[in-house]
Amino acid sequence: MSTLYFTEDHEWVAVEDGIATVGITDYAQKQLGDIVFVEVPEAGRALAKGDEAAVVESVKAASEVYAPVGGTVTEGNGALADAPAAVNTDPLGDGWFFRLTLADPSELDDLMDQDAYNAHVAGLE
Amino acid sequence: MTGAHTPASAAATITGNRGLRIEEPLIFEQGDPAKSGVDLPRPDDRPDRLGGLARQGPIGLPGLSEPEVVRHYTRLSQKNYAIDSGFYPLGSCTMKHNPRLNERMARLPGFADLHPFQPVSTVQGALAVMEALSAWLLGLTGMEAVALSPAAGAHGELCGMQAIRAALDARGDEHRRVVLVPDSAHGTNPATAAQCGFKVRGIPGDDRGRVDLAAFKAALDDSVAAVMITNPNTCGLFETDILALSRAAHEAGAFVYMDGANYNAIVGRVRIADLGADAMHINVHKTFSTPHGGGGPGAGPTVLSAALAPFAPLPHVVRDGEGWRLIEHVEGDMRPFGRMKGFHGQFGVFVRGLAYIMSMGKDGLRAASGDAVLNANYLLARLGASLTPSFEGPCMHEALFDDRFLKGTGVSTLDFAKALIDEGFHPMTMYFPLVVHGAMLMEPTETESKASLDVFCDTVLALAEKARAGETALFTEAPRHTPRRRLDETRAARHPVLRWEPPAPAPVHAPAPAPRRVAAQS
Amino acid sequence: MRYLPLTDSDRRAMLAGIGAASVDDLFGDVPAQALDAARFDDLPNHETEMAVERRLSALAARNVAAGSVPCFLGAGAYRHHVPAAVDHLIQRGEFLTAYTPYQPEVSQGTLQYLYEFQTQVALITGMEVANASMYDAATGVAEAAAMACRITRRKHVLLSGGLHPHYGAVTETFLRYTDITVERLAPDPMGIEDRVGRVTGNTACVIVQNPDVFGRLADLTALAQECHAAGALLVVAVAEPVSLGLITPPGAMGADIVVAEGHAIGSPLTFGGPGVGLFATRQKFVRHMPGRLSGETVDEDGRRGWVLTLSTREQHIRREKATSNICTNSGLIALAWTIHMSLLGEAGFTRLARLNHQKAVALVERLERVPGLTVVTPAFFNEVLVRLPGHDAAGVVDRLAERGILAGVPLSRFWPTWPELADGLLICATETNTDDDVAALVAALTEVLR
Repeated sequence: MSTLYFTEDHEWVAVEDGIATVGITDYAQKQLGDIVFVEVPEAGRALAKGDEAAVVESVKAASEVYAPVGGTVTEGNGALADAPAAVNTDPLGDGWFFRLTLADPSELDDLMDQDAYNAHVAGLE
Repeated sequence: MTGAHTPASAAATITGNRGLRIEEPLIFEQGDPAKSGVDLPRPDDRPDRLGGLARQGPIGLPGLSEPEVVRHYTRLSQKNYAIDSGFYPLGSCTMKHNPRLNERMARLPGFADLHPFQPVSTVQGALAVMEALSAWLLGLTGMEAVALSPAAGAHGELCGMQAIRAALDARGDEHRRVVLVPDSAHGTNPATAAQCGFKVRGIPGDDRGRVDLAAFKAALDDSVAAVMITNPNTCGLFETDILALSRAAHEAGAFVYMDGANYNAIVGRVRIADLGADAMHINVHKTFSTPHGGGGPGAGPTVLSAALAPFAPLPHVVRDGEGWRLIEHVEGDMRPFGRMKGFHGQFGVFVRGLAYIMSMGKDGLRAASGDAVLNANYLLARLGASLTPSFEGPCMHEALFDDRFLKGTGVSTLDFAKALIDEGFHPMTMYFPLVVHGAMLMEPTETESKASLDVFCDTVLALAEKARAGETALFTEAPRHTPRRRLDETRAARHPVLRWEPPAPAPVHAPAPAPRRVAAQS
Repeated sequence: MRYLPLTDSDRRAMLAGIGAASVDDLFGDVPAQALDAARFDDLPNHETEMAVERRLSALAARNVAAGSVPCFLGAGAYRHHVPAAVDHLIQRGEFLTAYTPYQPEVSQGTLQYLYEFQTQVALITGMEVANASMYDAATGVAEAAAMACRITRRKHVLLSGGLHPHYGAVTETFLRYTDITVERLAPDPMGIEDRVGRVTGNTACVIVQNPDVFGRLADLTALAQECHAAGALLVVAVAEPVSLGLITPPGAMGADIVVAEGHAIGSPLTFGGPGVGLFATRQKFVRHMPGRLSGETVDEDGRRGWVLTLSTREQHIRREKATSNICTNSGLIALAWTIHMSLLGEAGFTRLARLNHQKAVALVERLERVPGLTVVTPAFFNEVLVRLPGHDAAGVVDRLAERGILAGVPLSRFWPTWPELADGLLICATETNTDDDVAALVAALTEVLR
C-alpha cells in the first residue's frame, strides 16, 4: 500500500518500497486544461529536490514540474508522448510522470498529506 | 436560440461554398506538375559545373497557370479580416490605417531595386533615407543615437538590452545581472532579458495599475542592471511616477529600458529622453503605420542615450561631406556590441515609415497621439458604465476592461470576443495583461472615425445586455458567420500536422497484395 | 490631415461625453515638465502626398537601380525577375493589413498560405517540417545555433569560414551574452576547410553554407556523418534559394536544420531588407524549433482549417523560458515567396534554377578567357569567386561602376583587413543577365585589367 503526499505546486508523490512515483493532481490538470504535450526525464537522471524534472503543456499554458523530492530517475512515463490526454483523464493513474529512488526519505516530511492538500486547494477556490 | 449545437454555417450548398465565401483547396491539391505560371527561356545545354551535386528526382511541387494562382490567393485573401475591412481594436498592437503612399514610395525602382552591396557611391539616396529617418527618430525622442537595424520590436528590445549589457561590461560592472520587469510586462521583456544573460525579477503593480514605486525602490540594489518598463504601460496607463522611477534606477547605477510598444500614445508630445530612458525600441509597423502583413515584416529601430550610444550595433550611416558613408566595420573608438541583422536592416520598412512621418510632420503626429488617446477615452467613457473598467481613467491610447461584468452569465471573455467577430469586428486583445482577470484590452487608434466607434460601442453594449439576459448560446456558439467556426486547437497541438503530404497510394483491391506489386504501382 | 477622420466637432462631442475640457487634459498623468511642445520646434510640419512623393522620388533618383545597368552582384542577395502577379496579390488589403492570425476564424487566408509556405519550404530543402518564417537567414542561423544547443544540451557552436560573414556576425552577437561559445573558422576561399578535431563532445552543431559565400558547392554527406557520430547536429545555410531547384538539397545530405534566405524569390532586393528566413528541420525536433507554426485541424462543424499551434514555446506564455525572444515573423515576404513559388511550380522552379546555372557557366567560360583574371570556384551554382592578381578588387569595382557596370562584390567589403583577400571578387549571374550584360562586363574587365 503506497502513501500519498502532495506539494503546494499540485504534484502528488506516491511512495512504495522506497520508490516515489510523481504526477500532477486533478486540480492541476483542470487548471491547465487539455494537456497536449508532456516531457518526462530519462532514466538515470539525478534530481535534487526542486530541480526542473518535467514539462507539461496545454494549448494555452506551459509549466515546469519540479522534483518534489531528490533522487535518481528510474523510469519516465513514455506513454505520455503519444497519449498526453491520460493526464486529463487519469491524473493519479495512467497520467503519472516519472519514478525515482528516494535520496533522502526525510524530504517527504515537508510534503502535505491528502487532508492538508484538500484544505490547500479549498483555500485557492 | 436553443442550447443544441446548430451547425449554422453548414447550410447545404452543393459545393460547400456560401456566396462570396468560396472553399479553396490547398495549392498542392490543384494543377499539374507540368504546368507553370511563369514563362522562362529555354536554358542552354552546356555541361554543368555542379560537381556531381545535381538534384535527383522530383521535388513534389504542384504546377498552376497564372490565372489559377491569382484566383487561389485572391480567394484566400477573402478569408481574412484586416484593418482595410473593418475596426481592429487589438490592444497593444496599434492597428492603424496603412497609407498607400508608403507602398508606392517603397516600390520606386531607386529604392526597391537596390542591391545591398552596390558601391556606396551608387546608393547615396538610400543612405539619405536612413539618415532622414534617424534624424526624425532622434528629434522625436530626444535621444543621442539610433540603431536602425533591428527587425521588429522584440529584436529592438534585444538591441537595447545588449547595449546595456555591453555598457555594464565596459565599465566593469559584471556583478549587475538582475533585470526588473513589472508583472504587467509583455512576455518578450523577460524572454529578451534572459537572452542577454540576465536574471528576471518581477515588480508588482499597485491598485492603480502602475508600478509600485516603493516595491521598485526596495528591489533596487547593486545587482540590478536595468529595469524594463513599458510606458504607457500594458494597462493603457501612463506611469505617473516615471521620473521618480528613472531617477531611482539611475541613482542605483541601473539603466532604464523603455518598451516602445505603446509609443503611439505619446509620439510628438513627449520625448522619452525627458522621462529618463536609456533605450527604447520603436515599432515602425505600429507607430509609423507600416503594414503588419499578417505577421511582419516590421522594423524596430532602437534609440539610445549618450551612455549607450558608443555600443550601437553595426552598420552605421554617417555624413561625409556632401554625401553619406555606410560604416560596416569597426572604426576608431566605436565599440559596437555586434551586428543584429543581415545587410542594413529593414530598408523597405524605413522608406514606408519615413513617408508616413513626412506626411504627418510634428503637427500631425501630435494630433495623431491626441486622437488616439481621445478615441480610447471615448471607448472607456461609453462602455464604462456597462462593462467593468479595470482602473480609473483617463487612460492613454487603450482602454482595459476585465470580465467582472460577465460574472454569472456563463459567458467568458473568449466567448464575448467570438460574438464580436459575428458582428463584423475584430476582437480586442484578450487575457492580456495578465494582471487583471479575463482582460479585454481595446486600442482604437487615431484612424478610426467617431461613427465607427459609435457602431462598435452600440454593439458591445447590446452584447453585454444579451449576456446578462442569459442568451448564452449566442456567445458560446459564436462565431457562426465566418469561413470557419471555432477550431480544435487541442487536436492541432496533440498531433501536429504542419505540412501537406501527398495522399497515400490508392488501396489495392486484390486481397493481401505482395509488397512488390504495391511498389511497382507507385 | 488626411489620415485623421475626427473633425473638431467630433472631438468636442467626444470630450463632452468623457467629461474632459480638452485633449491635452487627457494627458494629465504625464509630468508637466515633459509636455513642453517647444521641444519639437526644429521638426517640420506635415506635407501633402504630392510633396512627399516628390521629395522621396528625388532621393530614389540619387540611387543607381540595379536593373538599370548590367548587375552581377550576389553575396547573399540575388536579383531575380518577380512576376507581376506577386506584387499585385500581396497588396490585397486583406493580406497586407491583417495582424498575426491569432483569431483563426477570421484568419484562414493567412493560416492556409503559411501552411502552404511551410510545405514548400520543407519540400525544396528536403526536410520534414518548416516554420512560418524568421526575420531573415542571418537571424535564422543564430536561432538554429541556439536550437541545436537546446536539443543536444551542449554549449559549443562551430561556424564554417564559408558561412556568409553577416550570418556569422549575427550568430555571434545573438549568443554573445549566453553561456554558448561560438567558434568561427577563418575564411579560406582557396583551401579545403580543416575541421579535424574541432567537433568535440561539447559541440552542439556545425554550421556550413552551401553554396558557400565563395560560391562553392560541396557534398555535405560525410560532414553530416561526422557530426552525427560525435552527437552534434549539422546546420546548413542556403543564401540562394533558387539553387535548391537544381542541386541536392541539404536534407538529402543529412542536415538536421536548414536555414535559407528566401527574399530572392518573390521580393525585390530592397537594399537587402526585409528578407524572409526559411527554417526547416526534422519532425523529431519540432518542439525545439523557434517561430510560429500553422497546423491543420478541424472546426466545430468538422471542416478542415488551420490554427497557430505549439505556441506554448513562445514568449507570451513561456516568458524567460521561451525558445526565442522573437515574436514577429516575416509574413508578407513569406506570402510573396509562396505566390512566386506557386507560379513557378515544379517545372518553372527547376527550369529557373537550370537557367541560372547555365547563365553562370556561360559567364565563367567568357571570364576564363580574360587575361589577368582567374576563376577559382570549381563547382558552383550561379556565383563564383575570381581573383585579379595585382589588383585591388574594390578599386576595379569602382572603376566599372563609373562605366555603368555593377561588376560584383569585392571580398574586402567583408574582410577589409585581410590583404590576402583584397584581389578577390564575387561575380554572380542570374536569369536577369542578358548576353549584352555579359559582353559589357567582359569587355570592361579586360580593359581595366590590361
